[in-house]
Amino acid sequence: MIAALIGLPLLGAVVLLLGGRRTNAWGHLLAVVMSASSFFIAAMLFMQMVGKPEEEREIGQFLFDWIAVGAFQIPFGFYLDQLAIVFVLLITGVGTLIHIYSIGYMAHDPNRRQFFGYLNLFIASMLLLVLADNYFLLYLGWESVGLASYLLISFYQQKPSAAAAGKKAFIVNRVGDVGLALAILLMFVTFGTLSFEGVAAGAGLAAPTTVTWIGLALLLAACGKSAQFPLQSWLLDAMEGPTPVSALIHAATMVTAGVYLIVRAHAIFDLSETARTAVVIVGAITLLLGAFIGTAKDDIKKGLAGSTMSQIGYMILAAGLGPVGYVFAIFHLLTHGMFKAGLFLGAGSVMHGMHDDVNMRHYGALRTMMKVTYATFALGFLAIIGVPPFAGFWSKDEIIHAAFGQNLFIGLATLLGAGVTAFYMTRMMAMTFFGEARWEQDVKPHESPAVMTIPMIVLALGSAFGGMAMLFIGDIEHWLEPVTGFAYPQNSVSKAVLIPITLAVILGGAGYAWLCYGRRPIPVDAPTNVSLLTKAARADAYGDAINESLFMRPGQYLTRSLTWFDAKAIDGFVGGIAAAVGGLSARSRRLQNGYVRSYALTMFGGATLIALILLLVRL
Amino acid sequence: MNPNNYLLLAAILFTIGAYGVLVRRNAIIVFLSVELMLNAANLAFVAAARNTGTLDGLVAAFFVMVVAAAEVVVGLAIIVTIFRTRRSASIDEASLMKY
Repeated sequence: MIAALIGLPLLGAVVLLLGGRRTNAWGHLLAVVMSASSFFIAAMLFMQMVGKPEEEREIGQFLFDWIAVGAFQIPFGFYLDQLAIVFVLLITGVGTLIHIYSIGYMAHDPNRRQFFGYLNLFIASMLLLVLADNYFLLYLGWESVGLASYLLISFYQQKPSAAAAGKKAFIVNRVGDVGLALAILLMFVTFGTLSFEGVAAGAGLAAPTTVTWIGLALLLAACGKSAQFPLQSWLLDAMEGPTPVSALIHAATMVTAGVYLIVRAHAIFDLSETARTAVVIVGAITLLLGAFIGTAKDDIKKGLAGSTMSQIGYMILAAGLGPVGYVFAIFHLLTHGMFKAGLFLGAGSVMHGMHDDVNMRHYGALRTMMKVTYATFALGFLAIIGVPPFAGFWSKDEIIHAAFGQNLFIGLATLLGAGVTAFYMTRMMAMTFFGEARWEQDVKPHESPAVMTIPMIVLALGSAFGGMAMLFIGDIEHWLEPVTGFAYPQNSVSKAVLIPITLAVILGGAGYAWLCYGRRPIPVDAPTNVSLLTKAARADAYGDAINESLFMRPGQYLTRSLTWFDAKAIDGFVGGIAAAVGGLSARSRRLQNGYVRSYALTMFGGATLIALILLLVRL
Repeated sequence: MNPNNYLLLAAILFTIGAYGVLVRRNAIIVFLSVELMLNAANLAFVAAARNTGTLDGLVAAFFVMVVAAAEVVVGLAIIVTIFRTRRSASIDEASLMKY
């Protein structure tokens, strides 16, 4: 059963990508069916799991021995527990909705079949990542996700910027992958096994320093995939891909992988205070950085991308808090998966109606023209800023609560992040749906077809009620407790005090944004006489500039000097020997002049020489 | 008679032959000079055999004669063929096999 979960989307990808043009007519439907049936299998497995007593819920499936070299034994097997199933449900559920939406969104694209093939590949890779029962197989899924994201981000490959964005995502991800590879190598050397169980069992016996290093390497890996500081720069450029891809990357797949990795390896992080502190710091920096970038973007998708960075920062931070946070990291991941997918699909719907214009300064007053999009986007908006009783409130509030239990400054960072989130999301709402119309000429906004709005409505319902459902019906803390452990935060501010404060901060952020963008007219061209902070946020906090000056230019310089050394020194040496031999032989072959008499003279000379030597030696 | 005179004669004959090989262009003359050198060697062998009273030199002389006879056959055939194709017996003109 577990193999079928992965197998169906993989089969879809294989058929669509190898089938060629013959599958053009029905390819997208096949992809939707594959993804949907994977979701139904997941739902069935979930029901089965719910029916079982708590300690029997984990199931495994062993397929075959993948690698068997002496002590290095890697089985190809799957492992489905309470943590994996919620991921599987999110990936297949949100993934299927995005598939359906893409039917409408990509309707006029000549390469639609290919696009759906890649989508299925993405789903299959991500499922492999979360269902693997050892770190090595997880690595396979991890790399396949990287491949699928590369293919999808650079889907409009005729655009140089899209091709560059795909490469950038791939290369930045490689940096993180080195971390995962190092972690896996260290694990094998230390524990002699790579299965989740074996590593968890061995972690307590290993040297604390080793465990810390494994944790830090895993953090590097998570930073790459989840676009955390300092490897965040690829995420904003990844907006070059089609909008459903952004929804898929940001909600259901890809960026959630880092959070999954940290929670899955909680045995390592439980034991290393240092590694956890590093995780918390990375999370806190990213959540503020992402929110900061989000405040200044005029591109609706880039604004949402900054928001994703920030929200994933919350999750990473929560995961770094240890047993008080793992559950809420996953909880926030699930609610975020729904509302962020909804927001991205909403943004896609707006773009669809506005001739693919992404500049919010050309929007305005769309609430009357796109009623469904407006309503669903508004629900996602309420969910992400954390207004009760919408989904984001429940999960984000728990994270803020747990963060205050850890450290006052971390708590304040999460609180500030919540305020900034409210600011940039309100700004986005105000610029897109309110105010006066600032449309370009001959743009006639219209609502998207039902095939696009229905997934948005489903996700909006999830944003509205998903949080409550998971917390009160699903009892998510205790659902995940057998896997991740759970503890109530100690020494934190009481919730009765914290919730009003949080709401006040959120209201403050939203109100300030409304004053700036809702009440005042918005210039169609972005103002240039802005503060340094705004300039920094517009330039993605100079992430690219830093990467370029720190890594790219020295790298180029190194490459150039190595090329020079290769050309001058190595080629010069080798080429010099060849030239010397060649020159010498060109001269010495002149001796072969064809005259018998000169040969004879040489022979006489030689013979005389030998005779002389013989005589001399004898004497 | 002093046996060294034979060796002296052999040396003179050898030098004349070598000189002929080195300076003459006519293939036949060169060939004759080679024969002269071979026979000078033969003379030296025989004289040496006589001096030492052993048979080794005589055996070697016979070998040289046989080889010389074979060489004459092959060499003359080559010279005749070259003369037919090139209308000349000059060895300097047969200098195509070079760099």
